[in-house]
Parts: sequence; C-alpha cells; structure tokens
Amino acid sequence: MPMGKAINAGLRKALADDPKVLLMGEDIGPLGGVFRVTEGLHAEFGGDRVIDSPLAESGIVGTAIGLAMRGYRPVLEIQFDGFVFPAFDQITTQLGRQNLRHDGRMPMPVVIRIPYGGHIGSIEHHQESPEAYFTHTPGIRVVSPSSPHDAYWMIQEAIASNDPVIFFEPKSRYWPKGPVDLDHAGIALHSSRVMRRGTDVTVVGHGAMVATLLQAADIAEQEGRSLEVVDLRSLSPIDYGPLVDSVQRTGRLVVAQEAVGFTSLGSEVAATIAERCFYSLEAPVLRVSSFDTPFPPAALEADYLPSPDRVLEAVDRALAY
Amino acid sequence: MVQILTPDGVIAPSAEAEPYAELVEGLDDSTLETFYRDMVRSRRLDIMGANLQRQGQLALWVPSHGQEAAQVGSARAARTQDHIFPSYREHVVGMIRGLDPVRIMALLRGATLGGWDPAETGNFHLYTLVLASQTLHATGYAMGLRFDGLVGTGDPETDTAVLVYYGDGSTSQGDASEALVFGSSFQTPQVYFIQNNQWAISVPVQRQSRVPLAQRGPGFGMPGIRIDGNDVLASYAVTRTAMEQARAGEGPSLIEALTYRMGAHTTADDPTKYRPEGELESWIARDPISRYRTWLEGRGASEAFFDQADADADDYAADVRRRTLELQAPSRPAIFEHVYSEPHPLMAQQAEWLERYEAGFEGGAA
Ligand SMILES: Cc1ncc(C[n+]2csc(CCOP(=O)(O)OP(=O)(O)O)c2C)c(N)n1
Repeated sequence: MPMGKAINAGLRKALADDPKVLLMGEDIGPLGGVFRVTEGLHAEFGGDRVIDSPLAESGIVGTAIGLAMRGYRPVLEIQFDGFVFPAFDQITTQLGRQNLRHDGRMPMPVVIRIPYGGHIGSIEHHQESPEAYFTHTPGIRVVSPSSPHDAYWMIQEAIASNDPVIFFEPKSRYWPKGPVDLDHAGIALHSSRVMRRGTDVTVVGHGAMVATLLQAADIAEQEGRSLEVVDLRSLSPIDYGPLVDSVQRTGRLVVAQEAVGFTSLGSEVAATIAERCFYSLEAPVLRVSSFDTPFPPAALEADYLPSPDRVLEAVDRALAY
Repeated sequence: MVQILTPDGVIAPSAEAEPYAELVEGLDDSTLETFYRDMVRSRRLDIMGANLQRQGQLALWVPSHGQEAAQVGSARAARTQDHIFPSYREHVVGMIRGLDPVRIMALLRGATLGGWDPAETGNFHLYTLVLASQTLHATGYAMGLRFDGLVGTGDPETDTAVLVYYGDGSTSQGDASEALVFGSSFQTPQVYFIQNNQWAISVPVQRQSRVPLAQRGPGFGMPGIRIDGNDVLASYAVTRTAMEQARAGEGPSLIEALTYRMGAHTTADDPTKYRPEGELESWIARDPISRYRTWLEGRGASEAFFDQADADADDYAADVRRRTLELQAPSRPAIFEHVYSEPHPLMAQQAEWLERYEAGFEGGAA
C-alpha cells in the first residue's frame, strides 16, 4: 500500500478507537486534503471529527491547544511545508510549553502533520524541509516516516503520545507502494533503524532521503562497496544507539538530508557522532545537504536535492581518508 | 456605549443600557458590596506589588490600577463552571476565581513559568505573555465545549462558556482576528473581552484601530458592545448577559471596555514620556472605585463598611506580601521537569550531567 493510504488507514483506526481524536485542517473534509491523505474520513466520521478549518494556520494550532486542554487529541494538517510559519508562534511559544508551564498537568496530545520535501516538481513554498526549526524547540517531538509500514504505525503512536508531535510526511513517498503489516507494529516511535547492513560506510538520513540512500547503497554494491543505511525515523529526540553501533563497526559516517545544511539536523548528528565515536572514526563525519539557498524553481530541483551520486561522492571522500 | 453608573456616582443609564436595567436592579446588597471589596483589594494589591518590585523582590509588576471595574464586573459575571483565559494583567479576576495571588507573585519573581492548575483555580487559566495567543486557546476550548454538548441544553448548572481577556494593542495581532474567525464560524460559547486601556505600552489605541474596537464584532459576525469599563455595573451586566447568551448556544460576542491604565504599563515603563498633559487627570475624574463608592454611600452604605473593606484589603495584601517573601527558588532539577510529559532521553542525560557537575564542586570543596 502507498504511504498516503497507510497514513489514511492509521488515522481511520485512531478515529475509530478514540472518540477524543479529531482531525482539523484546510480542505481535509470532503476533498480529503490536497494529497487525499484524509480521503473518506469526513464521510465516515462526520464534520465534527474531521473538520474543515478556516484558512488560518495559527488559528488551527492555537485552537487545537484549547481543544487539547478540553481533553481532545487533535490531529492537524498543514497543507504544505512552506505554510507552517504563520503557526510557528503557536507551535514554539505555546504548544511546546503548555505542559511545562502547568507543572506537568497539561499534556498536549496534538499531532501536526506536515507534507514536506521536494521531488514533486511543485512551485515556490511547496517543497521545503523545515524540520530544524522544530527540532530546535524544547517540548516538541518531531518524527518522519520513510515507508508505508512505518507511516501506518508511527501516526498512531504519535496520536497516542501525550506530547505534541510534528509528523513530517515526505510527500514524494506518498505514492510508491510498500508492504504494511497491519498486525505488527514495527519499533517504538522514537527509534532509529538500520535499513540495510553494510561494512564500509554508514549513511544516515530520514524521510524521502532514505530511498535515496538505499539507491546509493545499491549502486555502491555494484562498485564493490558496502554501505550501511540507517533511517533516523525520529528527529527529536534522536535515537543514537543503532547509529553509534553502526559507526563503531564501519568507522565512517555520511549524514544526508534534503534540508538546507547550515545549522541543520545533519549538523547535530555529525557533532554528536564526532563526540561519541571519536576513537572509532576513520574519517570526519561528512554532510550531504541541499544548498544553503531557498528551494530553487522546480526545474532545478534535481541539481539542488542530494542525489544518490552526491551521496556516493561523499562516501568516496570518507573512504579516501 | 453602555453606561449605568456615571462618573459622579449616580445611576443614569445611557440609552444603550436600557436592556440591562432589570438585571442591575435585581442585584442584592451582598453582591454589590462584593464588587466594592474586590476593587479595593485589587488596588491595594497593586500598590503592594509595585513596592515589592521596587524593593527588588519581583522582576516586574503589572499594574491594573484604573481597570478594576472592567475586571471585577466581568469576572463576577462568570459562573463557576465557566472558563477564563486571561492575558497577564487580570490579577483580581484570578483572585475572584480562587487563585492565590502568591502564584502570580511567583511568576513575577522568576520562580515559575506559570504553575497553577486551572482545575484548582476556578478554571482560571495561566497568564499568556505572547499577546493574543490566548484568544485562540480560549476559542479552541469553547469549540470543545460545543463538541461536548455543554451548550444550550437549558441546564444553567452545566451549560458552560469561555471568557477571554486581551488588550487594545493585542487586537492588532493576527491571532486575535483568527480567534474571531474561528469563534464566529464555529459559533463558540464565548465572550471576547477587550480592555481598551488606551495604551499598548507607549502606543495609543488610535495606532491599533481607526474605528472603535467594538466594531470588530459585527465585522466577524457577532455582536460588539462598547461599555464604560470604569462602571462596574455595566461591566457586570453586559458580560453576564453575553455569557448567558453564549451558554444558551447563541454564539460568541465581543465586548470593548473603555477604561484607562492609570499607572505605568509595567514597572519597567515611564508613562511621563508619552502621556499627553491632562489625560491622566481626566481619567482620575472617572475613577471606577470612587464613583462606585459615592453611589454606595448614596444608598446608605455605612462608613464602617468602607473602613472594613480597607482593613480587609490591607490584611490581604500584607499576607500576600509575607508569603511572597517566603517563596523559595525551585530546585535545580526543575529545569528538566515537565518539558515533556513522557520520558525523554535528553532531559534524563542533561539532568544527570548537571547533578554530576554540581556534585563535583561539592566534593571538591570538602
Ligand atoms: C507578540 C508580542 N509582541 C510584543 C510583546 C511585548 N508587549 C508586552 S505588553 C505590550 C503592550 C500590550 O498592550 P495591550 O494589548 O493593549 O495590553 P495592556 O498591556 O495595555 O493591558 C507589548 C508590546 C508581547 N508580549 N507579545
């Protein structure tokens, strides 16, 4: 099943299991969202559970805080990555701090789903990767699935969490199909996972980048190199265990991301691995990112986004030390 | 403008006040006396808070001197089950709902970021320092009340409404407008209560709006009522009516209370730099407490009652002051507590690190 459908199934299950779960966002009702992730849910659960909101991002998040205070578990959709910023204040200064300010008595079980990232040839403000703004905010958890199976389970775990979770959906992965085991959850929400074993270099990423890393590993294999691919899955907090193990075995790490590289998640991972694995590293931790520019016109996105080749170039550099 | 009690202390309802006449006439002595005691207590607390700040005991004090009638009248209009979302100036509203003002002192002393539980303070929610943020929280809460079916059932003990306070400056924030959009669209059981105290720090209300703020109500599809915010009776009667309509399922309304912040914005402010000559004096002539006192005197309240109210307020403030000075700083590990409601590896690691680091000093000193 494709990831879009997997999230839809996860949302349906959460709505059915808990009457306090409600969905809210722009065009998520009869239309089913611009990516159709909420398709059919309005018909099934009604307009009080699957709410077409006014066109106001701060309003969506701000009222969800009030709904959470009232005992609801709102699951919000921000239509596109580039439109989350009107809600940035409510997310960072309000949502992430309510529990703290209430001395632990006001959990905020709010999920904010954000379709993000490039590879879909869209126009300005529709292809961005703003994860780092949110991982920089205490009180907020951030996750991003890379496969339909993970998406199905992670959305349900995010909804079950009493902390606010930003759920970044890699929109270029909405359509490719993958297996989903509806009976068996994968691993816990905030776990990273080794996707492919290898011995020469560890490569780590999240979201749509995981597919790029797996492609790079395929190519590398033909060239006689063995890459170990790690999917971060959770961006805040980061589960370093599997990554540290991996780097201790391979001695080399390349961190890849679609986001702008400067002060990014990749920078954080690189710094932490340098601290924790200093004596295992055979080469500096290298980063592969998009350029430190606004997302370019889509006609240039292939030159902008890290490709398997750009990942392999970094792998070569790491091996050259 | 709805005005019932004139600045001279006589009941002379404006034409707009007619619908509220019956409600006001029905108020018993004990309620009327409570209004007075609340206002005096609020003003007394203000003086004490400002002194504490000058003595270095508070980081900041936020006065409400002059706004007592707007706050007391509206707060007394809410029922026990109603929810109140303040900004940061509504100390007396919190007190009326059962909040111990020492909690506010703790906040202004830098000992906490909030810390009270609305479930234990008469549903008085935390202060919000990012202007107008709370207007959306209140609106979402009111949406929840509606989804919960706690509106328009006809049972006055359970039907519930939300009262949210914000200032004239805050009305310019996008959130304040978005809140009105959501409130109107979802017909929330809610009253938006704007205290137009004429200034947002140093900027006059004319820079926020060219038209009376009450006109924002109709623009968003709800009644907008302008009241004399220095008239506790108008504040009570209009808010009470609007809250009843909200509970009955008739949707939200907006109230603009015209009042005046007589002192500084906070103790960090110097109003002499921006306030025009004579403005303060013109508002002192409209003082909410003295006009109400004149009226109560006229209807026979005794000197002993006023003396007692003053003495009670003094005792109250002295008690708050004493307990404020006893406030302890929270313990170090509090830095990491409650940032998340579920276990979080960074919190655990950093708390452990800090403990080891501090223990190193203690060990070294031995
Ligand atoms: C979003 C935001 N911007 C600026 C400030 C700084 N600030 C605190 S109070 C204030 C003026 C608020 O005026 P108003 O809303 O009229 O309320 P008042 O303080 O007069 O009661 C300002 C600018 C803030 N707290 N939040």
